[in-house]
Amino acid sequence: MTLATAPETAAASRPAALLRRFRTIPGAVFFGMAWLALMVLIAIFADVLRPYDITRMDLMARLSPPGTSGHWLGTDELGRDVLSRLIQSVRVSLVIAFGATIISAVFGTTLGFLAAQFRGAVEHFVVMLADFQAALPFLIMSLAVLAFFGSSMMLLVGLMGFYGWERYARIARGLAISAGAQGYAAAVVQLGATPRRVYLKHILPNVASTLIVSMTLTFPEIILMESGLSFLGLGVQPPDTSLGNMVGFGREYLTTAPWIMLAPAAVIMLTTLSISLVGDWLRDKLDPTIR
Amino acid sequence: MIRFVSLRLLRAVMTVLAVMTFAFLVLRLSGDPAQVLLGPDVPQNIIDDFRADWGLDKPLWQQYLAYLGAILTGDFGLSMRGGAPALDLVLERVPATLMLTIPALLLKLGIGIPAGVYAALHRDSTIDRGVIVLAILGFTVPSFVMGLVLVLIFSIHWHALPSGGFGTWQHAILPAITISVGGIGLLARFSRSAMIEVMGQPYIRTASAKGVKWRDVVRGHALPNAAVPIVTIVGFMVGSLIAGAVVVETIFSWPGIGRLLIVSVSNRDLAVVQCILLLIAAVMVVSNLTVDLLYGLLDPRLRSQPAH
Repeated sequence: MTLATAPETAAASRPAALLRRFRTIPGAVFFGMAWLALMVLIAIFADVLRPYDITRMDLMARLSPPGTSGHWLGTDELGRDVLSRLIQSVRVSLVIAFGATIISAVFGTTLGFLAAQFRGAVEHFVVMLADFQAALPFLIMSLAVLAFFGSSMMLLVGLMGFYGWERYARIARGLAISAGAQGYAAAVVQLGATPRRVYLKHILPNVASTLIVSMTLTFPEIILMESGLSFLGLGVQPPDTSLGNMVGFGREYLTTAPWIMLAPAAVIMLTTLSISLVGDWLRDKLDPTIR
Repeated sequence: MIRFVSLRLLRAVMTVLAVMTFAFLVLRLSGDPAQVLLGPDVPQNIIDDFRADWGLDKPLWQQYLAYLGAILTGDFGLSMRGGAPALDLVLERVPATLMLTIPALLLKLGIGIPAGVYAALHRDSTIDRGVIVLAILGFTVPSFVMGLVLVLIFSIHWHALPSGGFGTWQHAILPAITISVGGIGLLARFSRSAMIEVMGQPYIRTASAKGVKWRDVVRGHALPNAAVPIVTIVGFMVGSLIAGAVVVETIFSWPGIGRLLIVSVSNRDLAVVQCILLLIAAVMVVSNLTVDLLYGLLDPRLRSQPAH
């Protein structure tokens, strides 16, 4: 009886200890979480929440200021509802950032593991790719690629997916090499596990928390990068809309109708700020190297 | 040490070569510049002549070798619009960009590092909290939003500063501030955490315990050790002196490299875009190389056992 309960209490106390660490949430972090939850809900239910279609023009109500009944955040130069466009933009920007973060994490982690497994030439190749990425600022590289190949949603997500991969690669490589030196990885190799099994089933779960923390760093940067490109007119193309794209077009009406630009600008700022706050806090809680 | 430096130099050369290859591939594979520049209604024989003139009719590998050879002899080709040498077009824009990015760099260093160090030395005080909040705000606000908000306040609302254009030093104020804000936040945060980490080290306790004055502990023991991670960030900032103003130059219609890049990219002016990409990469590679070599000077431990 005692033999059976001992592991159970140990197992039960671990989540409890984890919960205790998460119990005291600072106000700013709580606000960040609430805002992010709101953004995710808006992105999921965008079709239901949108009062108007994003391309529907109301030429009698062009440039109405915020607070006009029926258009709570006003309308733009074609009489399109700013709130509806904002809701759609949140969805587009979040989908791009989310997709790109996943691609970047998978791509970077894979390269990092490959470098750790094969060392030698493979490792040199990965280091060279990282050097290349460090030499050419991402915005400049994206500008060249998007301008010459034309912007499409697929290309945009794919391109953004290259953002920050070297961070995952470096972390994954370092952690995999140190894991290889620890007993557990060597033990399963001795038992005849394939490298694939060792990396996916044994090393990956052990390094996951550090990688997730890196994702909270990459995510807001990708949002900023995509909105910067869309602002320059090379990201998301009309008639579709994204946060940066709205700011870019709203810029023309800065003097007469600043709300067109201010609403999406505020959403970008609050979202990236929230992710940074929550990410910092998560890093303090999860990252074993800091504790 | 010699092995370290030569390996590092080799890597730098490889990187520049990789960027050259990238620029070549993207620009040549993305479509026929003859069609774009000459338009759809031009007779075939004129298109053929144009392609022959620019060497676009040869196989790709021949174009690549010719391109590498030309660059090594300092020939970056002629702009496809106007026919001026691409290198001249690019270089004449450099001073305008530096007029924004150098003051911005000075602002970043002059505000970011002292703020971060001060916050670290007064940990958990009100000023420390204030620095953290402002730093996070600083680098989460995208530069295009910051620029437009500054224009809204200082140009449209107060009529104090011009909203764009080039000419007097007043024109440079808003763009330079816009460029610097993110960097100030980043540096403040970085130097704060570097300083906090150093202040927790045993040698700081030892120095304090043997009676060294507090300011001498900070100046002689803490700051030099905190410098290593800070130099990495500063090196990156120096490297992006040329490239760091693309968005801001667009907002303020500033005639620098960034504007030229955007215009050349939309005109598909291959030679100019290639030249800008190479210039940006070269500056970046040189500053990364300098940082790596500086590590050796700042931290004697790294001299004997270089990583990679």
